[in-house]
Amino acid sequence: MATTADHFQAHHDSHGHADHDHKPGFFARWFMSTNHKDIGTLYLIFAITFGLVGGAISGIMRAELAHPGIQYLGWWAELLGTKNPSFDQTLHLWNVLITAHGLIMVFFMVMPAIIGGFGNWFVPLMIGAPDMAFPRMNNISFWLTVAGGCSLLISAFVPGGTGQGAGIGWTAYAPLSTTGSSGPAVDFAIFSLHLAGAGSIMGAINFITTIFNMRAPGMTLHKMPLFVWSVLVTAFLLLLALPVLAAAITMLITDRNFGSTFFDPAGGGDPVLFQHLFWFFGHPEVYIMILPGFGIVSQIISTFSKKPVFGYLGMAYAMVAIGVVGFVVWAHHMYTTGMSVDVKMYFTAATMVIAVPTGIKIFSWIATMWGGSLEFKSPLVWAIGFIFLFTVGGVTGVVLANGGIDDNLQDTYYVVGHFHYVLSLGAVTSLFAGFYYWFPKMSGRMHSEFLSYLHFAVFFVGVNMIFFPMHFLGLQGMPRRYPDYAPAYEHWNTVATIGYQIMAASIGIWVLNIIYAFTMGKKAEGNYWGEGATTLEWTLSSPPPFHQFETLPVIEDNDHH
Amino acid sequence: MKFGDFVRVSSRSLKGLALGVLAGVAAASVAHAAPAAPAAATEAAAPATADSAAPAASGDRFAIAPGGYTPMKPTAGKGQPVPGGIGFQTQYSPNGQYARWIHDGILLPIIGFVSVFVLLLLVIVVVRYNKWANPTPSKTSHNTLLEVVWTGVPVLILAFVAIYSLDLVAKQYKPAPANALTIKATGNQWYWTYSYPDNGGFEVISNMLPDDKAIANGEPAQLAADYRMVVPVGEPIRLQTFGADVIHSFAVPSLWFKLDAVPGRINEKVLVVKEPGVYYGQCSELCGARHGYMPIVVEALDRPHFNAWVMTHSGAKIDGAPAAPAAAAPAAAASPAPAAPASPAPAA
Ligand SMILES: [Cu+2]
Repeated sequence: MATTADHFQAHHDSHGHADHDHKPGFFARWFMSTNHKDIGTLYLIFAITFGLVGGAISGIMRAELAHPGIQYLGWWAELLGTKNPSFDQTLHLWNVLITAHGLIMVFFMVMPAIIGGFGNWFVPLMIGAPDMAFPRMNNISFWLTVAGGCSLLISAFVPGGTGQGAGIGWTAYAPLSTTGSSGPAVDFAIFSLHLAGAGSIMGAINFITTIFNMRAPGMTLHKMPLFVWSVLVTAFLLLLALPVLAAAITMLITDRNFGSTFFDPAGGGDPVLFQHLFWFFGHPEVYIMILPGFGIVSQIISTFSKKPVFGYLGMAYAMVAIGVVGFVVWAHHMYTTGMSVDVKMYFTAATMVIAVPTGIKIFSWIATMWGGSLEFKSPLVWAIGFIFLFTVGGVTGVVLANGGIDDNLQDTYYVVGHFHYVLSLGAVTSLFAGFYYWFPKMSGRMHSEFLSYLHFAVFFVGVNMIFFPMHFLGLQGMPRRYPDYAPAYEHWNTVATIGYQIMAASIGIWVLNIIYAFTMGKKAEGNYWGEGATTLEWTLSSPPPFHQFETLPVIEDNDHH
Repeated sequence: MKFGDFVRVSSRSLKGLALGVLAGVAAASVAHAAPAAPAAATEAAAPATADSAAPAASGDRFAIAPGGYTPMKPTAGKGQPVPGGIGFQTQYSPNGQYARWIHDGILLPIIGFVSVFVLLLLVIVVVRYNKWANPTPSKTSHNTLLEVVWTGVPVLILAFVAIYSLDLVAKQYKPAPANALTIKATGNQWYWTYSYPDNGGFEVISNMLPDDKAIANGEPAQLAADYRMVVPVGEPIRLQTFGADVIHSFAVPSLWFKLDAVPGRINEKVLVVKEPGVYYGQCSELCGARHGYMPIVVEALDRPHFNAWVMTHSGAKIDGAPAAPAAAAPAAAASPAPAAPASPAPAA
């Protein structure tokens, strides 16, 4: 009711000063959208939906792993349409779950949320642009992502070799993904990456063009907010990495369906070639997921310290350095494939180099807060949590960088723990930080700070309980992607499963908070965070008008980022 | 000079340099790790003795222990995970002990220190620079010295770590001596086969034991196999891996051994097991439905017992024995053989 009134009011207001501020009708507005804010909202809704699905899948997995033995998998296989599943079909479902969880969280949750959602919403606002450079292409990007998500969902319900669905892991290594899995499920899963990838490439082109050409007068590159810098670097990573993925998975498709043998030694191909191509994309992909998070955290820390970002140029170019070095370290995912000693030494050394720019970022965030006047609003609490969790994920990365050490940790739960600290705890924590920072700006409604703190506290306990013990399991040798395990691994697995339940409760708190905001939340002012919030989105109303910056803002020479 | 040679040579000289320059740090970490790592002192010596063992062991090289072969009972906590364990499994190979020492003695203290240091800084910031304690924010946004320090110090730490990690990689790639025993492990969906080309080329097919049988045998559930890969203890073994259908990975955590079994290529690495025992591992590359159900069991025996195990297979011979007389050997397998089947050859 209240929402309707707001919309009416906004509509009415805008009617006053600009005729072209008409919002289109419902279908035209949400299904044929060319407005960056609406597309950003669509991306966020999409990401939240898929995130809940991907999170539910991890719930199925954690329930199964709570104790040794196969407990629930057969039941789930029946539910998903396999009548009287055999043992192999039951186990195949496990591989389908790990595949779906990985692909959903990477391509249909983190990427759409952090780049499609926050990127679309705030890049134009922060650089003082009225919209993205190519609004129609922006719309195609989104709907291609939706099509990709649908293709992935379809794959779960068609035959995939041993059982129903694609059980190839998100890495889709050949020959398991070629000769190892017959049936259309794998084709659908691969095609979903084609679609989502094409959408992301177009999105990247859009961001690069927008950022290079549509900055408000006076906003030089070196005055751009760090979030915009992070999206710019990310867009370049997408543009350079995704075509390599597209090529690799296209070769998978032709190997599967058209008799080519790119990855089949019987025809002169090489399975390891696929891994090189995949990880040439896959490693930058990790930074694609985390760099915008760096940007969000930088904005938040600066805002609530009431201080400009410490070492702005160092921060911006550390991201550029991470992006560049990120392209030459890919084979550290492949230490056990049988590479030569020289190659292994190179990748060991190169990978460790990444710790340096990452360290610069962490210390600069702390230095930004040092001497500040910290106001512990929920986004800052999440951002501080991010710094610590990301540090823990980063230092275990230094351990894994060592080719000789990785020989024992490769494909164990240590790796699972490591990358979830960086992504599930790092990227997702930055997403929630950004959510609480900008949600009132996007919706026009204040969330409950109390529920936000509670959400943080419960989430923090839960995710650490899930993922910290995984380091122990990995050191002890528990391999990843296993539905069952030796009894010695039971203790920490049970702890992790309890942690999952706590984390799931925190997601419930978050949903409550959203419901609260839309039903009882106070109306948000333009700049509800006060004096520390200095970027351009805070000069607008909350939510901003349907078309903003009809008169371009001018950035004064002495203005700070 | 190839890049790799250059790296190896320079890492060796850097190591000397670093031990001088970073004497304090090095001394601290060595002192910290010394009790935990007997391998550290002997790391260089161990592989060397293993290398020379093969040619030098002329005496009992071909001896066959009486009594044939009975599968060894595993020792609790050895070669397998321990309940609630939080660190690496105890290592039984020289490279594994060296690697574990690098992890526990160098990497773990460094990453622990970094994490605690960052946490401490965050706590200080939260306590000292909140809006009540510090109502007026400073406007400092640059400090060149500080920025140089937090770039430079990590570089130094990483350079120090790199010396050890590159040295470890070099050690792991030391090829097996020419006369080392060759074993080929082939990953199949979903079992392992082990073939012994130097021992007459017989093949062992190794399937997982169901949990109830494993437990009845006194073995850990999920980890036991019906037939094991038996290896001689104390000798460098040329272990080759190969994938028959999709990629698998041959992994034994307590021997610090993991090598992918890839279709179309043969991967090779040296395996040295220091003590007799049973060592469990699992396939470590997603290979389809029963990826989690193809365990690896390595049983290390002394030479005479290994020879006895070899001779239980038809057409087997002891590796290194002259080919022709060895063909007569199979019969000897059943009866306790006091001497090697190729009796003229060994000097003993
Ligand atoms: Cu396998």
